[in-house]
Amino acid sequence: MIHEFRPALVLVALLTILTGLVAPLAMTGIASVAFPFQAGGSLIEDHGKIVGSALIGQNFTGPGYFHPRPSATTEPDPKDASKTIPVPYAADNSNASNLAPTAKALIDRVKGDLASAGPAPVPADAVTTSASGLDPDISPENAERQIARVAGARHWPEDRIKALVAVYTAEPFLGFIGEPRVNVLALNRALDRMQGQMQGQVQGR
Amino acid sequence: MTFSGWAEILLVLLLIVLAAWPVGLYIARVTKGERGFLHPLLSPIERGFYALAGVDPQHGMSWQGYATALVLLNALHFLMLYAMLRLQFYLPFNPDALAGMSPRLAFNTAMSFVTNTNWQAYGGETTLSPGSQMWGLTSHMFVSAATGIAAALALSRAFAQGGLKTLGNFWADLTRIVLYLLLPIAVVAGIALVALGVPQTLATHADATTLEGAKQTISLGPVAFMEAIKELGTNGGGYFNANSAHPFEGPNAWATMLEAFLVFLIPIALTFTFGKIVGDRRQGYALLAVIGVFVIAAIAIAYHAEAAGNPLLTALGVDPAQGNMEGKELRFGIPLSALFNVITTATSCGAVNAMLDSYMPLGGMTSMFLIQLGEIVPGGVGSGLYGLLVFALIAVFVAGLMVGRTPEYLGKKIQAREVKLAMLAVLILPLSILGLAALSLVVPSALASLGNAGPHGLSEMLYAFTSATGNNGSAFAGLSADTPWLDTTLGIAMLLGRYAFLIPVMALAGSLAEKVKVPPSSGTFPTHGLLFVGLLCGVIIIMGGLQFMPALSLGPLAEHFAMLAGKTF
Repeated sequence: MIHEFRPALVLVALLTILTGLVAPLAMTGIASVAFPFQAGGSLIEDHGKIVGSALIGQNFTGPGYFHPRPSATTEPDPKDASKTIPVPYAADNSNASNLAPTAKALIDRVKGDLASAGPAPVPADAVTTSASGLDPDISPENAERQIARVAGARHWPEDRIKALVAVYTAEPFLGFIGEPRVNVLALNRALDRMQGQMQGQVQGR
Repeated sequence: MTFSGWAEILLVLLLIVLAAWPVGLYIARVTKGERGFLHPLLSPIERGFYALAGVDPQHGMSWQGYATALVLLNALHFLMLYAMLRLQFYLPFNPDALAGMSPRLAFNTAMSFVTNTNWQAYGGETTLSPGSQMWGLTSHMFVSAATGIAAALALSRAFAQGGLKTLGNFWADLTRIVLYLLLPIAVVAGIALVALGVPQTLATHADATTLEGAKQTISLGPVAFMEAIKELGTNGGGYFNANSAHPFEGPNAWATMLEAFLVFLIPIALTFTFGKIVGDRRQGYALLAVIGVFVIAAIAIAYHAEAAGNPLLTALGVDPAQGNMEGKELRFGIPLSALFNVITTATSCGAVNAMLDSYMPLGGMTSMFLIQLGEIVPGGVGSGLYGLLVFALIAVFVAGLMVGRTPEYLGKKIQAREVKLAMLAVLILPLSILGLAALSLVVPSALASLGNAGPHGLSEMLYAFTSATGNNGSAFAGLSADTPWLDTTLGIAMLLGRYAFLIPVMALAGSLAEKVKVPPSSGTFPTHGLLFVGLLCGVIIIMGGLQFMPALSLGPLAEHFAMLAGKTF
């Protein structure tokens, strides 16, 4: 057994350097040259400021924005670090509810959310939390039900918002790979951009 | 269930089998020392490793020598990771100055990664620095995977010829598997994942100001490369807490399909490698057929259970059309979630793209049952193949008892010693899973860890010990696993599940290798036909599955019927 110590030690060291240091650093270099946007986290900038990532959901509560799915992420309580408080879409602490399908806590939460969700049947994604708590998408049916609220808050005709939702709806590739979905951040940015253009036109006149 | 959902699932399975065939033959070639297309580039590194380590790749090892080398390497690697996790604060590439892990959590994590389990009692992005993730965890993902493949090769060689004294050289097997198999595929897959949106950067986070003016801290890191080997080596330890469900680990349907492909690639390829090494390809096809039966059945059950939605929510006015979406990502939907979580538990991967704790009772039970079968259909890289071969020996033994002949498998007589060793390995599963779970269910401090009440609470605890013993690493994650009791007992379950299984298998390989190879006669039970496939499926269900049925009836089955009666907990 003694004479196997040398290969064991040397190979642990060499394999760690190769697969744990050289390869990941080389990959980081290649990725930053070949795909700088994706490698850096698909960050989106407006006027030189990072407003989020194209892949990560963010929380929206205002009536003039489309709202994402509920999120189960938390952050440490500033008053007591041993506890946590709910902070939806905390992108530095991905988390799920991990509630069982028969959990009373799940049923009660969904009941509460359904109260403000409009007429049944409500699309499932509108009242369920995602696995990461950072799901960037909602279903087209969920978006559809929010159009009237957004239009009302922005004083726009509903058709206009409907057309925008259609533009930002991604359909499955070849009809079967992936799910139909609407990226909430992209749609809300488009709303803000359009609002800015309209105000620009009004002021320009 | 929809037609397009099944089309998505079958497309992935088809691509896996098509790719696994050439990869399997390639593994047989390069681990034999023959030249492959990567040799001009990589053979200088291979020779350099041998020179520095003082290894003669031609030198064959007895089963004791092979097992000793394997355990020694793993033990040293375990100690190194334990030290790295404890000392994280003092090591480089830790820009957020994260503290070291507690002794019990470091023990649990180091055991988890050396045994190819990748159980995560910690939250990735909040606990570990990019440095620890790279040279701590990522290097283990290569070496633990290569360890399993090496052991499977050693057992395969034992069937190849008669009168063998040695099983091959562990150091050469390890080096060749890392250099010619795992590293090249991980690099190519890693680049593909970056292209699909997975980050690969040394930055730890980005600070964003959302459209509504709130601050959002977005965790980042060198994710893509780790993601590639995490799937390819059936490891499963995610960079982030949410694992492959995190949008940075699984940014879209393409990425999660590629990841599912990588998880199955080597375990399926090894059935072809096995056929090549033993000189009868049909033997590999028979094993693949057994795997196919279990995998397709499991996908059908899980997909059906999840697609129907949660009846308790439907009763409240939720549209069941999308299925059970609690704990699932919209971009994957039900078909890719069900596919991924069957693939990840049919192998010992344990990466998840949806949260198993929120699966419907029968959907979650499918995953738990696949692990309890012994992680053999197809199981982890290497560990799945040697596990399946152990069950194959038991199957021919059962067949031999029925007709009163000495059983043979591939021309090797299976006698008392082999059957004893096979049973010694197989019995560790119920002992560790049921024994430790039962013990934990009466320890008050362990019960305090449960995240859900009622029968689902029992499922959480049973799943934890199933996952640890099967070296899977997935979880019903509502369980708070970082406690003194669970860190320690789950660490022990991982240790037993890996080495108390592997060492009898190595002894079995040694015993089989020495035997003469008997040519097939008219009385030989053919082990490549439908009859054998059916027999092996039956033995796996009876030996691997039925002993867990009482426990499953108290957990997921009880929950299922309570749910149908409208009961909540």
